[in-house]
Amino acid sequence: MLGKLTIDALPFYSGIAMAGALTVACGAAGVIALITWLGQWRSLWSEWLTSLDHKKIGIMYVILALIMLVRGVVDALMIRTQQAFAFEPHGYLPPDHFDQIFTSHATIMMFFVAMPFVLGLFSMVIPQQIGARQVAFPFMNSAGLWLTVSGAALVMISLVVGRFSAAYWTAYPPQSGMQFSPDVGVDYWIWAVLLSSVGSILAGISCFVTIVKRRAPGMRLMMMPLFTWTALCASILIIFAYPSLIVAAALLGLDRHLGTQFFAGSDGVMNYISLFWIWGHPHVYILILPACGIYSEVVATFSRRRLFGYASLVYSMIAITALSLVVWLHHFYTIGSGADVNAFFGRAAPLIAVPTMVTIVCWSLTIYRGQVQFSVPMLFTLGFIVTFLVGGITGFLFAVIPPSIHDTTFRAAHFHNLLIPGALFGYFAGYQYWFPKAFGFRLEEKWGRRAFWCWIVGFCLAFMPLYILGFMGMPQRLNRSNVADWQPYLIIAQAGVLFIVCGVAFLAVQIAVSIRDRKALAASSNDPWNGRTLEWATASPPAVYNFAAVPRVQSVDPWWALKQAGTADHRPTRFHDILMPGKSGAAIMLGAMSFVFAFAMIWQIWWLAAAGGLGMFAAVVSQTFHDHAGHRIPASEVEAIESRRVLAPVLGREAPT
Amino acid sequence: MLKSYLVGVLLASVLTAIPFGFVATRTLPPGQTLIVIGVAAVAQVVVHLRYFLRLDLKSRSQDKFIALCFAATVLFILVGGTLWIMFDRLPYRVVGDATTIS
Repeated sequence: MLGKLTIDALPFYSGIAMAGALTVACGAAGVIALITWLGQWRSLWSEWLTSLDHKKIGIMYVILALIMLVRGVVDALMIRTQQAFAFEPHGYLPPDHFDQIFTSHATIMMFFVAMPFVLGLFSMVIPQQIGARQVAFPFMNSAGLWLTVSGAALVMISLVVGRFSAAYWTAYPPQSGMQFSPDVGVDYWIWAVLLSSVGSILAGISCFVTIVKRRAPGMRLMMMPLFTWTALCASILIIFAYPSLIVAAALLGLDRHLGTQFFAGSDGVMNYISLFWIWGHPHVYILILPACGIYSEVVATFSRRRLFGYASLVYSMIAITALSLVVWLHHFYTIGSGADVNAFFGRAAPLIAVPTMVTIVCWSLTIYRGQVQFSVPMLFTLGFIVTFLVGGITGFLFAVIPPSIHDTTFRAAHFHNLLIPGALFGYFAGYQYWFPKAFGFRLEEKWGRRAFWCWIVGFCLAFMPLYILGFMGMPQRLNRSNVADWQPYLIIAQAGVLFIVCGVAFLAVQIAVSIRDRKALAASSNDPWNGRTLEWATASPPAVYNFAAVPRVQSVDPWWALKQAGTADHRPTRFHDILMPGKSGAAIMLGAMSFVFAFAMIWQIWWLAAAGGLGMFAAVVSQTFHDHAGHRIPASEVEAIESRRVLAPVLGREAPT
Repeated sequence: MLKSYLVGVLLASVLTAIPFGFVATRTLPPGQTLIVIGVAAVAQVVVHLRYFLRLDLKSRSQDKFIALCFAATVLFILVGGTLWIMFDRLPYRVVGDATTIS
């Protein structure tokens, strides 16, 4: 009846696991109780959960990312606490539990923090930046969100029911095979990855087609804002890279349960690893390129200058995109390949430094002689530029084939150095920068600064010692050690994580304080930062249709050009009816049913899997019968909404060059 | 319209059944079986493009042409690179059964 699911799946075996399970269960129950108490279920359902509005979908993506960030940081804290104190005898975590936390930390940060954050900012900002009223495929966008949510829910429920994978986030066979991981942990990993990957592909396709097909009249490719350019590059990478991961994870599942031999033997293992990193390397750039786009927007806006070297930046982004497809072998040098293969991939990898350096020079020259305003997004950007250089230079060392530093903590330090300043700081900058766009009031600056300083200090304390430990030969993923020399560095790293925990807490405080003081922080105009690109031409928060009249674009930074010309505050003389997509409950049903299906497959509850599969099918089919459903906003209503809007644009002024 | 999709499904099923059959029955030596799988896979891609995505050589859309060329290039890099990595081995890597193919 319940397949492999028995009462033993509940974590009675360990106090720590029990505490984790209770936290998740109480958190979920608390949210449900709060919504019920406020009587908000109906409006939540009709205004948010079934919405096809790209802005609301973007906001929900970012909320998911922030919630999962808390879980990921708690995992990191547990890992570092164990390592700091696990010098003879053994710390507080049993090895298997430590490995589960290690796996879930990385899986969550990659699939359920970074990806939703990126896709959320895409969904929120891109249509407004290119002067569009909607994404090309509203339902697809929504389905992408809900599939990712159901993947995240699988990871969370693995804390309560059963256990998570202990085979690390890369799930290399044979460690992830039935022989060494006979429990449901790896199955949770496989299904969480499959669901969120399909979701990411759907969102990536929607973003790509939106940029290609929905740009405002006059906006040529070389007039697109940098963030839109990086979104275009990242969505191309999503479309081409993710299928490889889906294939690898699905075949791993077949090997585990149907006895196939795709990844058996040393060749099979090599094949899995290659398939995994065909996705994995471009994925690094799927995460970093959008952050580079955000940095470009922030640098130009807060330096009051046009981006230096717009074309160079665009070509650099394209070069990084292309190069990211030909370097995947450098993630597994230590496994061993022939000289030709090593030579090719060893030469291709450091080439990425060239376009990366061009971007850093362009940002620096934009700041140079600009009227720099050290607002929170700008702080994150400057923190990124300094620390990212360290990450780039340490990356160089990995092009050297001898494996002395490969697979040590040096590697862990290196990729955290790329993904915390290189990606996460960018998302934070974007989150602070576009928050007033989404909600109509700015985030409070003081707590933002405190959060920034905690993050940057915490990052340096947590990862610089790991570089040193790598040179000292400490292998990565060690759950205990008997080398006394390592311990002081591990304790410093532990202190760094505590700073990062404070950084997360201050971000939470910042939201609370900002909501409390929202009247005072309300943007005096729709354009609080004196922005340059079209998203600041809409109201803050934007009307559902974004633009009452679709703007005409003649240059880079079209909104800035309008402000310079003094025509930014002109209202359209005539209004027209606007056709917008309606609501659809099919996407959230698809997400919920896919969760049921995956959960049933993991526990081999076949009747429930059949029900979940049928539910998914029904949700998709029902949507295909509603493909013309939309609602028309009459011109009079558009006029009424627009007349309520306060038009007080700040006149842009360029810094002297 | 519907007919073309049905033809596509039929062709795709046949092109899937052929390599499955060869692998299951082991009628050919492994090296030739690999070639059959490869040819069937490429044919399958063409069938999908033609019958499901409705692309053909007659359309003069430049966008479609560029997109196809780009996809072909990326696939060449990824598939070709994988084959290169898989068949370019160090002597000390444990040699499995599959090496008899090359």
